[in-house]
Amino acid sequence: MTPAIEVRDLRKTYGSGDTAVHALRGLDLTVDRGEYLAIMGASGSGKSTLLNVLGCLDVPTSGRYLLDGIDTAEFGEAQLGLLRNRKIGFVFQSFNLIPRTTALANVELPLVYAGVRRAERRLRANAALRLVGLAERAHHRPNELSGGQQQRVAIARALVTGPAIVLADEPTGNLDTRSSQEVMGILDRLHASGRTVVLITHEDDVAAHANRVVRVVDGRIVENRFTGVLA
Amino acid sequence: MRFTEVLAFAVRGVTANKLRSALTTLGILIGVASVILLIAVGNGASVSVQQSIAGLGTNVLTISPQRAQAGSSARPLTVDDATALADPVEAPAVKSASPVVSTSATAAHADVSHSVSQFLGTDPAYFETTNSAVAQGSPFSADDVAQGRKVVVIGATVATELFPGAAPVGQTILVNNIPFTVVGVLASKGSSGLQDADDTAVAPLSTVRNALTGYGSLSQIVVQATGPDALTAAQAQVTTILDGRHGIGFGGTADYRVLSQEQLLTARTATTDTFTVLLAAVAAISLLVGGIGVTNIMLVTVTERIREIGIRKAVGARRSSILGQFLLEATMLSLFGGALGVAAAFIGAQFTIAGITPVIVPSSVLLAFAVSALIGLFFGSYPAGRAARLRPIEALRHE
Ligand SMILES: Nc1ncnc2c1ncn2[C@@H]1O[C@H](COP(=O)(O)OP(=O)(O)OP(=O)(O)O)[C@@H](O)[C@H]1O
Ligand SMILES: [Mg+2]
Repeated sequence: MTPAIEVRDLRKTYGSGDTAVHALRGLDLTVDRGEYLAIMGASGSGKSTLLNVLGCLDVPTSGRYLLDGIDTAEFGEAQLGLLRNRKIGFVFQSFNLIPRTTALANVELPLVYAGVRRAERRLRANAALRLVGLAERAHHRPNELSGGQQQRVAIARALVTGPAIVLADEPTGNLDTRSSQEVMGILDRLHASGRTVVLITHEDDVAAHANRVVRVVDGRIVENRFTGVLA
Repeated sequence: MRFTEVLAFAVRGVTANKLRSALTTLGILIGVASVILLIAVGNGASVSVQQSIAGLGTNVLTISPQRAQAGSSARPLTVDDATALADPVEAPAVKSASPVVSTSATAAHADVSHSVSQFLGTDPAYFETTNSAVAQGSPFSADDVAQGRKVVVIGATVATELFPGAAPVGQTILVNNIPFTVVGVLASKGSSGLQDADDTAVAPLSTVRNALTGYGSLSQIVVQATGPDALTAAQAQVTTILDGRHGIGFGGTADYRVLSQEQLLTARTATTDTFTVLLAAVAAISLLVGGIGVTNIMLVTVTERIREIGIRKAVGARRSSILGQFLLEATMLSLFGGALGVAAAFIGAQFTIAGITPVIVPSSVLLAFAVSALIGLFFGSYPAGRAARLRPIEALRHE
């Protein structure tokens, strides 16, 4: 079976000349379907850079990125948009909800761009909000929600199109213990329902939810550790 | 993605920051309204000039002296010239020829004084020739001219200034300290926009020359043709007689000028046209400034929302739907502002501005509206297009 994600000799350089920053220096990684992977590593080691490439939000300087066995370099802007919309759900550390817009409208957003009709959109967005336990907050705006609630709205938005892969960059980074547990509970359930989940974290107890932990040092993977619960 | 969805996003975008949208709208409103209104004022001025000249009568020629060319001396227009023009044998197409001198003078009654901008000395035929009806009293007579009596017919403005609420006929006024008896009041001709046609007084030629102007050249000779059809013939006869009297040979440069009412109209309209062009230029500048304001706000709007653009792209928005959303926002703002501007201009045109009743030019409405819409579209699309081309992560990282 082709892996969900496969990257080979991935390099990403910001800037050029003397001031060039080599964020990724020939990184290899394979993530199987249905895997639950945690990426750890020191600050500035290149974790976010890697995840942005995996989420098709950024393009690598060189190297190959195969998504479901297909090289993403072959995709044009419209197809990349389609991938981000249907195949990948991305959860940001800083939530990235659209301000002055209700939780429901934020969750509906990917469905609008997917061309789903209004009535069905409502249904699915409400279901996603129910899944993250925020059904009664559907009509609140981001500035009326706590950090934990905003992150759960962001997760609802990431999963509403039913993507096969969910990527989360420090989803609990800005949250307290209780909110973190709620968020991790949702990610656990997504994994249990068969999705591939990749998350970045600095916390060991968050990483403990995953089947496998990789450690990034200076833009390369140096440690590949399988935890007790194997998928 | 359907158009209605993009439209819904655009509506939400416009209503999300109401103050900013209102200010953008206001900028366009002012630009559009001032263009339409200023052009309407210019147009109003030229319309009223046309009306006032039309009020002169249809078969009138005006002869005025002209400066001589170098090397030849100019002869003044004289009363004898006027008499010669009225000769029924030499000039059968001429019904009458009134010599006119014109000056400005200060008229006073009791303790009120008023400066009359056109104090004319002429003969009784002048009233008929220039369509100047006498509303109260009567015009002076040929005998008054012959005797040099100090009588005067005053314009409506002079009458209301000197005799507020009283009947002027029979009263005495002091013109540059010389007493004149008011024998009549002219019917109002209204303002011609640039000058008040009622701020005038008419007295016998002999009296005015004797008391006020002296015996120099006439200011004008006003000739009435026997009918509208005789105007061309009258013009030819007048030219022949005056050329003979002033010794102007074939091909020589005349020291006088004959203008028909139509030619006068063209000359005066040209002046007000310049005025209109000037106003239009000022208006165009204000539209441009309004446009720059819109551009500025669109730039700020887009820059401020680059993160939002990043979020939309991250969840799968196409470049085209993002561009469409911002274009629609800009279009809605400029169309709304433009429509309000047109409404404001129509309301403003109901009022008299600087003594001129504005007359709206339909094409200026179209022009102002189209320009404002284009400004919004063009300057809205540029920053939005740039933002839509960014990679999602670049847009999301934007500060
Ligand atoms: N847009 C950028 N321009 C220039 N350098 C960048 C840019 N983004 C990241 N970098 C650099 O690339 C390196 C890797 O950054 P990255 O954000 O991937 O780190 P990280 O592992 O996610 O760190 P953290 O745990 O603090 O989030 C850092 O040295 C960073 O300074
Ligand atoms: Mg990071």
